[in-house]
Amino acid sequence: MARMATTQKVVVSTIGAWLAGFLIFFPILWMVLASFKTELEAFAIPPSFLFFHWTTENYATVQERSDYLHHAMNSIIIAGGSTLIALLIAIPAAWSMAFSPTKRTKDILLWMLSTKMMPPVGVLVPIYLIYKTFGLLDSRIGLVFILCLGNLPIVIWMLFTYFKEIPRDILEAARMDGATIGRELVYVLTPMAIPGLASTMLLNLILAWNEAFWTLNLSTSYAAPLTTFIASYSSPEGLFWAKLSSASTLAIAPILVLGWFSQKQLVRGLTFGAVK
Amino acid sequence: MGQITLVDVQKSFGPVHIIKGADLDISDGSFVVFVGPSGCGKTTLLRLIAGLEDVSGGKILIDGKNVVDTPPAKRGLSMVFQSYALYPHMSVRGNIGFGLKMAGLAKDEINRKVEAAAATLNLTPYLDRKPRELSGGQRQRVAIGRAIVREPKAFLFDEPLSNLDAALRVQMRLEVTRLQKQLGTTAIYVTHDQVEAMTMADKIVVLNGGKIEQYGSPLELYERPNNLFVAGFIGSPKMNFVTGEHAQQQGAITIGVRPEHLKIERGGTTGWPGTISVAEHLGSDTFLYVDGGPLGMLTARYIGELSLNPGDKVSLTPEPNRIHRFDGSGNAIRA
Repeated sequence: MARMATTQKVVVSTIGAWLAGFLIFFPILWMVLASFKTELEAFAIPPSFLFFHWTTENYATVQERSDYLHHAMNSIIIAGGSTLIALLIAIPAAWSMAFSPTKRTKDILLWMLSTKMMPPVGVLVPIYLIYKTFGLLDSRIGLVFILCLGNLPIVIWMLFTYFKEIPRDILEAARMDGATIGRELVYVLTPMAIPGLASTMLLNLILAWNEAFWTLNLSTSYAAPLTTFIASYSSPEGLFWAKLSSASTLAIAPILVLGWFSQKQLVRGLTFGAVK
Repeated sequence: MGQITLVDVQKSFGPVHIIKGADLDISDGSFVVFVGPSGCGKTTLLRLIAGLEDVSGGKILIDGKNVVDTPPAKRGLSMVFQSYALYPHMSVRGNIGFGLKMAGLAKDEINRKVEAAAATLNLTPYLDRKPRELSGGQRQRVAIGRAIVREPKAFLFDEPLSNLDAALRVQMRLEVTRLQKQLGTTAIYVTHDQVEAMTMADKIVVLNGGKIEQYGSPLELYERPNNLFVAGFIGSPKMNFVTGEHAQQQGAITIGVRPEHLKIERGGTTGWPGTISVAEHLGSDTFLYVDGGPLGMLTARYIGELSLNPGDKVSLTPEPNRIHRFDGSGNAIRA
């Protein structure tokens, strides 16, 4: 009797979990479906779910009207570049804080995190003016710079918690074994830190890829990444649901694929190294 | 060679003095144990010798050369850590051979030496495993293998057996001692376990509050402790201390008698009278915890079985030539 109750429970909770999962996924599915509809069908009431006239014309139009590959390339450069620079700054920073902390290390970490609590719109005007003065508006380097700074606190925090997990004894053992600082880094620390570095990199890539506030405000066409590309389909002349959907599908596809293949690393990254 | 000399070595962390001036002479090939309660500075002293901490003052000489400014990698010492500190991403072979690789030895020479070390430690079947696939005892052996393979001037052991279970600890204790004798390499071994200290050491350094209380062979410490601290720390069960009238009769402020040097008489009247509160019967030994009234709690040890029970009245008589006498500041009074 008790056994049956547990089986029932399992069945119910399984169905529940799938339902919840489907519910969360539904908007994305709806967007993908809409991207294959004609503009008319896209906002037809009642909406047709699967039985509509499937078409790929939206994709062709989108590519023709606003060069997808150009924006995708911008996204790759901006997300990749900002991640790379953030890592280059964050690795030594997190390293020194994890392995030779001072009295103020905790304060510095908290201060860095506190910058993430400020709404970015609060500094939009000054940043915009600075960018204008230095000719950084609508430039890739400008976006790389701002996204790198925006994500730096999180990157340092993640790496700090990963480095903290590496036992000091092991580094000291390497020192006793005759390793110089450089070799200790290459042979012992880096191999042990690779999972942490990988998930930090991945998470930062995704954050930078999805970042819309700064990219929308500081770029128009030349440096515009996919976020701007999507936004360009909600125009004053009205919404083009089907085209907007196909643009969005195109924009999220690369990151969705990347996320799918790196789920495990990502979960580790999101728990900030708390779960081994 | 591995002669290590400490001259007035000091260490402080900010205003806290951890080591308050240590002088020590460790001769080549000897097995020296640092022992003391936790927080006494024994691990810090070992880390100073290793070079993992910088001294705040004094000199550390290895074979006559001052090494206080030499990085750990260049001191020619090897260390076994309490946590084993194996490289998790390397196989046993890689772990043992890492130091040789850093020293720039040829591949086949590294392999030959690693295999020889592994054979000594019965690790040959595990050479290609990762540390996580080994038991605690095996990991400990790998850590020791990593230390011996480099043929260092001295081994430094930082409580290496404290993570092992009791039976394995006794076995490893023997193995470490035997290995050290066989190799003839100087060894410094840190422990808080005075049984380990007594059984393994050629010489023991008793540390307390950052100071060396006494340096001598195990039996010297047992028979002629310099002060109350060493007297109480070395020996198990602990030495009994008595103050007052009985001490004054001996011309001392405190006298100490080891449990095994108390003669136990049932209901006798000649010695110190008391009532048994706990009796432990081990077969080979009997430990009596006696309430001595104004003398306080006394411990007595009898070799063999003594059928006494709690509540029984006994009298305890110290062996006259086994009484340790201490003055008001706790130092031993030598006749």
